[in-house]
Amino acid sequence: MTGDVWQQIFSFDNYGELLVLVQNSLIAGAVLGLVGGVIGTFVMMRDLAFAVHGVAELSFAGASAALLLGVDVAAGSLVGSIVAALIIGALGVRAKDRNSVIGVLMPFGLGLGVLFLALYKGRAANKFGLLTGQIVAVDTVQTGWLVGTSAVVLLALAVIWRPLVFASLDPDVAAARGVPVGILSPVFMVLLGLTVAVSIQVVGALLVLALLVTPAAAAMRVTASPLRVTLLSVAFAVTSVVGGILLALGGSVPISPYVTTISFTLYLACRAVGGARATRRVRPAVGSA
Amino acid sequence: MSATIGLSGAGLAFGDRVLWQDLDLELGRGEFVAVLGPNGSGKTSFLRVLLGRQQLSSGALLTGGGPLGYIPQHRAVAPQTPLRGRDLIRLGLDGHRWGLPLGTRRIRRRVGELLEAVGAAGYADRPLTLLSGGELQRLRVAQALAADPAVLLCDEPLLSLDLHHQKVVAELVDERRRTHDTTVVFVTHEINPILDMVDRVLYLAQGRFRFGSLAEVMTSASLSDLYGSPVEVARINGRLVVVGAPGAHDHGGETTV
Repeated sequence: MTGDVWQQIFSFDNYGELLVLVQNSLIAGAVLGLVGGVIGTFVMMRDLAFAVHGVAELSFAGASAALLLGVDVAAGSLVGSIVAALIIGALGVRAKDRNSVIGVLMPFGLGLGVLFLALYKGRAANKFGLLTGQIVAVDTVQTGWLVGTSAVVLLALAVIWRPLVFASLDPDVAAARGVPVGILSPVFMVLLGLTVAVSIQVVGALLVLALLVTPAAAAMRVTASPLRVTLLSVAFAVTSVVGGILLALGGSVPISPYVTTISFTLYLACRAVGGARATRRVRPAVGSA
Repeated sequence: MSATIGLSGAGLAFGDRVLWQDLDLELGRGEFVAVLGPNGSGKTSFLRVLLGRQQLSSGALLTGGGPLGYIPQHRAVAPQTPLRGRDLIRLGLDGHRWGLPLGTRRIRRRVGELLEAVGAAGYADRPLTLLSGGELQRLRVAQALAADPAVLLCDEPLLSLDLHHQKVVAELVDERRRTHDTTVVFVTHEINPILDMVDRVLYLAQGRFRFGSLAEVMTSASLSDLYGSPVEVARINGRLVVVGAPGAHDHGGETTV
């Protein structure tokens, strides 16, 4: 019995053959880690972790509507994401308003999604996949559109990078310096919407945070250098997704638990390292006081 | 003394609440103007007008061109913000430009100079989240100076700082004015830390204003007239103390202006 469970979670029979099969997924996972790790640092700076969750639920509603109507699921999730991102961006300019807007929007999106899935008569695995991620070997990830969308997001972030950092840290000072703060906010929300929509294809709506928040949060525990935070965050996110896919290969469990476990472990390690450093930093100050 | 920034016949109202009207002022190069008044009298809105972020209800904003520097009031930085002291200053240099923050030697040197100028070199690489209010405000002064501004607009930059750092930050601003002839507009609750620096005072209250030298504005007669009720202004140990200004001080019960 116990052996069976382990066999389901970890199995490396015929690993070489499987690896070839999931080549696309691995590429998709690496790209996803890259874009998720980068945008995650802005999600943290702009305090949008909860918004990511809200966008993901609406994206789920869009995807399940598409599934029911028999149209492209990726397109459905994209529409849901963008709509949610724009609503949150427009209604929740201030952090306090934003959280209540998200709190109202999220259950509505989830409810819609549940409704559409209940009406859907197709394969159950498709339903489950939208919420908790794909089973790697079964569904092919649409690598092409995923890579394309990610490239658009990364390019746009590179263009608005400096003003976005400035506006995220201190919108008033940035505006005084001539940064178009009012435009940057919705632009960023759309980029976030795009990222959520592609992430859902792999890790599912419920677990998007593991990709867009955890790696950046972990990186910020160990360094305050903006360059190092971005590099570490990307490294953590790529390790989580690619590592998750590799571990999930043989088993019959979705990849998301592997991804979330790896990213959570990295976060715990970073907390420990950051905590140890803080203690070292405090000690001499106490001694000299 | 050519004007750097000014207002002509300016008025600001929100709905039927008039904050101030018929305000004419021209600020010369190197002039230090304190903006005083109770909360809600329109001090911050006045600054936003000068910044071009708030439309006037009437009148016009006169700008002499040249960049504006803006020093906000101290606010703590969000936890885990991935920025250090030098990054904050750098944003003042090129944070408004598109693209990635690629390092150039020129930028690094300039950041180093600004760090030295405000005495912040010692904590340049410390995360912003670990800095004290006074340390952060020094960096924000340097960030504002990075634009090489002709006018420095300061929005209560001393608020929630201890006395020592109030003095340090005020002196940094004043030093910039003396060495570069920069015009300073300084919104504050507390005039005493900048008492020796001020050339003119704009006092906003009750939908009206007084504008003139310290000796003209900060007197019992002038403020009593402005508030329409008896107000006492006294100099005690070199400090200016205002007693009886209605609704003037809703923080800390402090009776000095």
